[in-house]
Amino acid sequence: MTKQIHLAAHFPGVNNTTVWSDPAAGSQIDFGSFRQLAETAERGTFDFFFLAEGLRLREVKGRIHDLDVVGRPESLTVLSALAAVTTHLGLAATVNSTFNEPYELAKRLSTLDHVSNGRAAWNVVTSWDAFTGENFRRGGYLDKGDRYVRAQESLRIVRKLWDSWNGDELVLDQAAGAFAREGAGAFADDGAHFTIRGRFGLPPSPQGRPVIIQAGDSDEGREFAASSADVIFSRHGTFEGGQTFYKDVKSRLAKYGRTDESLKIMPAVTVVVADTDADAIEKAAYIREQQVSGPTALVLAELLWGRDLSAYDPDGPLPAEDPVVGSSVTQGRVGYNDPFPIVSEWRAQAEEHGWSLRQTVINQQNRQTFVGSPTTVAEAVNRHVQENAADGFVLVPHLTPSGLDDFVDRVVPLLRERGVFRSEYAGTTLRDHLGLQL
Amino acid sequence: MSRGLITAIEIDGAGGDPGAWRGPEVDPRAILTGELAVRAAQRAEAAGVDLVTFADALEAPDDVLDQVSVRLDALGLAARVAPVTQRIGLLPTITVTHTEPFHVQASVATLDHISGGRAGWIADVSTSAEAAAVIGRREPAPAAETWREARYVVDAGRRLWDSWEDDAIIRDAATGRFVDREKLHYVDFESPTFSVKGPSIVPRPPQGHPITGIRVSASEALEAAADAELVFLPDSDDLSTQVQELRENARRSVTLTAGDAGRSVTLTSGQVVGPLVLVSAAVQPHVDGVEQLASLIEAWAAAGVDGVQLRPASLELDVPVIAEQLLPVLRERGLVGSGERGGSLRGRLGLRRPVNRYARSAR
Repeated sequence: MTKQIHLAAHFPGVNNTTVWSDPAAGSQIDFGSFRQLAETAERGTFDFFFLAEGLRLREVKGRIHDLDVVGRPESLTVLSALAAVTTHLGLAATVNSTFNEPYELAKRLSTLDHVSNGRAAWNVVTSWDAFTGENFRRGGYLDKGDRYVRAQESLRIVRKLWDSWNGDELVLDQAAGAFAREGAGAFADDGAHFTIRGRFGLPPSPQGRPVIIQAGDSDEGREFAASSADVIFSRHGTFEGGQTFYKDVKSRLAKYGRTDESLKIMPAVTVVVADTDADAIEKAAYIREQQVSGPTALVLAELLWGRDLSAYDPDGPLPAEDPVVGSSVTQGRVGYNDPFPIVSEWRAQAEEHGWSLRQTVINQQNRQTFVGSPTTVAEAVNRHVQENAADGFVLVPHLTPSGLDDFVDRVVPLLRERGVFRSEYAGTTLRDHLGLQL
Repeated sequence: MSRGLITAIEIDGAGGDPGAWRGPEVDPRAILTGELAVRAAQRAEAAGVDLVTFADALEAPDDVLDQVSVRLDALGLAARVAPVTQRIGLLPTITVTHTEPFHVQASVATLDHISGGRAGWIADVSTSAEAAAVIGRREPAPAAETWREARYVVDAGRRLWDSWEDDAIIRDAATGRFVDREKLHYVDFESPTFSVKGPSIVPRPPQGHPITGIRVSASEALEAAADAELVFLPDSDDLSTQVQELRENARRSVTLTAGDAGRSVTLTSGQVVGPLVLVSAAVQPHVDGVEQLASLIEAWAAAGVDGVQLRPASLELDVPVIAEQLLPVLRERGLVGSGERGGSLRGRLGLRRPVNRYARSAR
């Protein structure tokens, strides 16, 4: 059976994928940028629009990192506003489960779900570091082992609140004077991290409850997703890596009594489209150069090496020292658990091609996932989906807010022609678009 | 009085009357989709009303069969209204007792960005056992304690709004720097109950500081009210005295000292003339007519208030009467200005944009 492709638009974020220096790059904060990208995604009949989150500005060597985009608006507020100017597009908010309370999360997400007529999604993320905790009452931090326990409990309770209405309590009988049955929304829970009770003041939305997205890649993260998520936002965009991840995660579903279709796997990918494959390859190389300036190359190398490399010339050779594991040179972003094989690979490649440090970073990192003519890209995207490397993709453009124009105008029509992507929305809720049951 | 009274309308469910949702003119589903709120805000805006406030509490409304027992998060609802309005100010109620100050300020800053500088908020506290129980993090606290904390939250929020200088984003391709990090500031805020490192994740809001409002629901709220830009005061027999006292309070400089580690934080109101005081009253002009209400408003103006917050019994029935009948009468009597006030909410209220406390020129 031919699978239908699912697509999402990721608003350009705060890492060096986003090229802010391009003349076409617009504001990262004006509502107009969010609105334009969302309208492009809705014109392309995408499943949803995705916003990431950061709760502390990133630091490098104790100072705020100034080379990439810094700052962004708060997700749920932006998405509630986008609900007013879109009609079908799903609206996905990344919200931390460590520094928010389940009741607040349930209330705010359910509000988005209601004002959008059933289009909300929650990307559940966790953080456990004291660095981020310094901005919060909760403060402190969680042991790494505790973070999934808390995240799981938080998600379980949020769901419990959303399900605290059975669905038939809302009467709305004006003549009889019955708004909702008494007792609707009552809840109580006594868990390891939360002991709460009371009443939840919002009934189910038109899609029942918001869609759950999860992004963890560790064994625990995959298990968490297999038990509780509707969508996985993965990093495995390559064909082989995607197939391995896909098989692994889908094989975990049966023990939770779930079908393969109940969990959509959507890797984050980057796309470069041009008239011909050769033009696209050239354009892709140009974008990578924009993404990795000399100072950025040093910072990315510092992330890998775990060392201060400011004495190095990005246009010179790779650092001679060995990497350090578990350093805190960079704060607020994910480091490497085992940098040694990557450093060896970088050295081998640099030697073979005569690359400088910056050229090595440009060529070894930030490789775009799909590069080619509209036909090449459409065929590659479709192959990944039909051959189970993914159920669809979260597209991460490098330009705000026009970065998906080429894909929507030139690739989406080809996917529609092939009968693997919708030409119009069949339903109204995000669950409808994703083909998810409650 | 040349500027005229500030006018505000409160949005809460189908209106302040618990039975308002039963009227044949109301589609009760529109309470949950936000459409009732959108319509009320648009009608108010068209009539030249200055701002709408959105009621909320942390805990859900009681589950009384014949009353509206659901409530959207006020912040989300205000955000839903923002893109479909152009001029009116938007002030959601946000409770600060059990919530994270960092999130609260980021959300209000975001509302200011998406509305083009029309945002504010009403800082409220939660003293009930019900509110404490839905979060389960701390015991319910008495009003004095929660209002004392609310003042710290307001102060921390304003510092975080200043943690980005207006021109911090430089996009300097030559040096590869997106921001000038010398213009991003740690706030290192300490209070007895919370601390925040900063900077905010959100660039400085268009208004610098979105408008902070305080509803004087208890005498314990009076000190917090002195720090606010807008104060909502219930109608009373000694309104005139209360307005005067509020203004005098605000002129005094107040210092709160945190008990731990000998740290102290000076709370500055940032106000030269004290807060703008709005008298808040439940009204039902679709039943009572507008003449009597207009006379009442005239008496409030004489008592020295800066404006009125009308809490309509029914959004669908009373807001059109306020818009189409009351406002023209108030204009006729010279109580409300006739010129369209444009720009930001601050501009509308006649308040200057605050200088950033961290900016070099301000130090």
